[in-house]
Amino acid sequence: MPRWGRRSAVAFLGVVLGLGAAAPAMAQVSDDLGVIGQLQYTDAAGNKVFVADVDVSIDDVGGATTDADGSFRIPVPGPGEYTIRLDIATLPEGVALKDPERATLQAKVSENADQRVIFPLVFGDGGAQGAESNFSVRRISQLTLEGIKLGLYLAMAAIGLSLIFGTTGLVNFAHAELITWGTLMAYFFNIYGLVATFGFLSALPPPFGGGVNFVFATLLATIMGGVMGYVLNRVVFRTARNAGVSLLAQMVMTIGLSILLRYVFVYYFGSRYRVYKDYAAQRANEFLGMELTSRDATAMAVSVVILIAVGLGLTRTRTGRAMRAVSDNKDLAESSGINVERVISQVWIYGGALAALSGTFFGFDTVKWDLGTRILLLVFAAITLGGLGTAFGALVGALIVGVVINWSTLFIDTELKNMTALIVLILALLLRPQGILGKKQRIG
Amino acid sequence: MDWGFIFERTFSAMIGPEVMVYALAAVGLNVHFGYTGLMNFGQVGFMAAGAYGVGVSVFWLGWNFWVGVLFSFVYSAVLALLLGIPTLRLRADYLSLVTIAASETIRLLARSRVMQPITGGVEGVNQFAGPFYDLSPFELGKFYSFGPFKYLGRDVWVLLVGWTILILVTLMVRALMKSPWGRTLRAIREDEDAARALGKNAYFYKMQSLMLGGMIGGVAGMLQVIQKASVQADTFNPVITFTIWTILIVGGAGRVWSPIVGASIYWTLIVFVENTLRQLPEGTRLSLERTIELSDFNIAMLRFILVGSGLLLLARFRPQGIFGSREEMALDRR
Repeated sequence: MPRWGRRSAVAFLGVVLGLGAAAPAMAQVSDDLGVIGQLQYTDAAGNKVFVADVDVSIDDVGGATTDADGSFRIPVPGPGEYTIRLDIATLPEGVALKDPERATLQAKVSENADQRVIFPLVFGDGGAQGAESNFSVRRISQLTLEGIKLGLYLAMAAIGLSLIFGTTGLVNFAHAELITWGTLMAYFFNIYGLVATFGFLSALPPPFGGGVNFVFATLLATIMGGVMGYVLNRVVFRTARNAGVSLLAQMVMTIGLSILLRYVFVYYFGSRYRVYKDYAAQRANEFLGMELTSRDATAMAVSVVILIAVGLGLTRTRTGRAMRAVSDNKDLAESSGINVERVISQVWIYGGALAALSGTFFGFDTVKWDLGTRILLLVFAAITLGGLGTAFGALVGALIVGVVINWSTLFIDTELKNMTALIVLILALLLRPQGILGKKQRIG
Repeated sequence: MDWGFIFERTFSAMIGPEVMVYALAAVGLNVHFGYTGLMNFGQVGFMAAGAYGVGVSVFWLGWNFWVGVLFSFVYSAVLALLLGIPTLRLRADYLSLVTIAASETIRLLARSRVMQPITGGVEGVNQFAGPFYDLSPFELGKFYSFGPFKYLGRDVWVLLVGWTILILVTLMVRALMKSPWGRTLRAIREDEDAARALGKNAYFYKMQSLMLGGMIGGVAGMLQVIQKASVQADTFNPVITFTIWTILIVGGAGRVWSPIVGASIYWTLIVFVENTLRQLPEGTRLSLERTIELSDFNIAMLRFILVGSGLLLLARFRPQGIFGSREEMALDRR
């Protein structure tokens, strides 16, 4: 036994150090960077109008005038933080900034792609109109769509966490880092390619050296998520279970692991925000009065397919049924001939892969080292609401949390929307602590 | 390398303001976890409550400083009450979920734009600790040396008050835990059902423990912001909670003096390592920066890597801590 553990530990170290070796390659800076944006407003009839001939500038760097499409691009010399100024005098008659104080915006340009900035514009009497249109069908349906998107991504992250709890009784606080791991892996494959992710040979031509297409990078990141899940279980938690470490001590171990991984990530990845090379900025498509980029639509479709596959897998395949059996009653499952350790290992692999996949999707906006930690609160709320330990509960809980959080922006500031998750969590514990799909016995 | 400087810093850190603040927060956590078995993963939330309680009430509401201090007590106790109501009847891990979520929410709320008129947003609050320093018998800007220790006058004053509070609170906790009340807490920690069978209302005892430990955490937060003379949301990061956990487990949970011992060990180690790495000869430094990316920023990150691996290894291999005994309290007893 111990010899196995040591060998896996070396493999795990290799993975972590590999990340480090790749980091020097990050010094390559794309020399074609800029700040981009598109000025548009919605007129009284609900049509979108692009605003041409408006001056936008960055002090000491340069400026641009929007074209017929409302688009502008200001080239910048390198990554960094810039202040973008919109010349209000050049706006057409009747068009104004939604928030008159935000004529200058700060933008962080990362080294891989143009940075998009948004100057929200309104037509006519902006303030009053804004307040009235707050509860419009259009806004609510848009928020619902965003909520479903968030819910789908959350569900993929939550199912693994819930099943790990179900099969081992462990609340895995390091699940957040499995999500971040997926984002970072997708980023490295996308930017540096297959071999270069692991350090040496970055000079090779694509697909080995120069970065692979994002779709392929996502696939690889998902696999790496499964590998990470397997390694963590095999090296850390299986040995702990065998040594008889109590569940609460294991829970503290997941905290330690979470902090360790998170700060190893920031050590090598840095604290700056980055973006994927592909699909970083897209124009939204109009769809039944709602806006959605084709990137997000694809990601949502993929999520739905994956979640249906997970659902079918859990109900129709031997492995899936064994997972649910162990989750339901470990002793009974074991005595009926199920290899519980094997099932736990599978749960970690699939859970890690799903978390990594959700991470790649969460990383569309920005890739950052603490991305997982920022959404862990939402994942907790989702699995508690749905019922700790139930896979389908996690799905239901995630969708509810996603939608409720987005709806909450109708009443509270967008910045505070994640707070809603805490309220959902506390309400769930007060009203139905076993969760929507949980059984009463679980709360003990 | 300037070893004199490194040792001066290290010695001063051994009983410095950080040790005092973290030890006090760990005393609170010890009441929660060490004596009652509550998995509080949001101790930093109580610190934030104490800090903003005094900062906001003095700076923005214009209250008297000492009224603000009293308000801080009440405020952190109310926070404990609010967190306890939905969770203390449920299994241990629910409390951990809610406390970690609440502490992070407090931080996000405090730094948000909406709350800026009250909490000062990202910039935070300052200029509230004047009345405290007015009482100082030491010259605020002057350096004082005591043997190997060297502090600014203002820090000497904070340390004098802080350590007095810390030792009084520790002695109070010791007395409380020897009382029938404390024995009931320990009975609940060992076997909640047995305690309930003997007619003890476990829910109320756990609630009292959560409130007491939360208030001690609040005092720690208060002392921290008084020492720094500013309240900033981002200093109340969840990782602080787990630094406090590491400190508590190093010293051994459920032991009276473990928070102080643990905090002193932790800060001595951190300050020694960081200062040594910063003082490395230029050549060594550059080559370390090139090979393992040991930049200034990353040296600052090392402490968290240390906390993470420390917590992981302690929980796995030595749950009773370095000095603790398995008979009294080990992490894996519950």
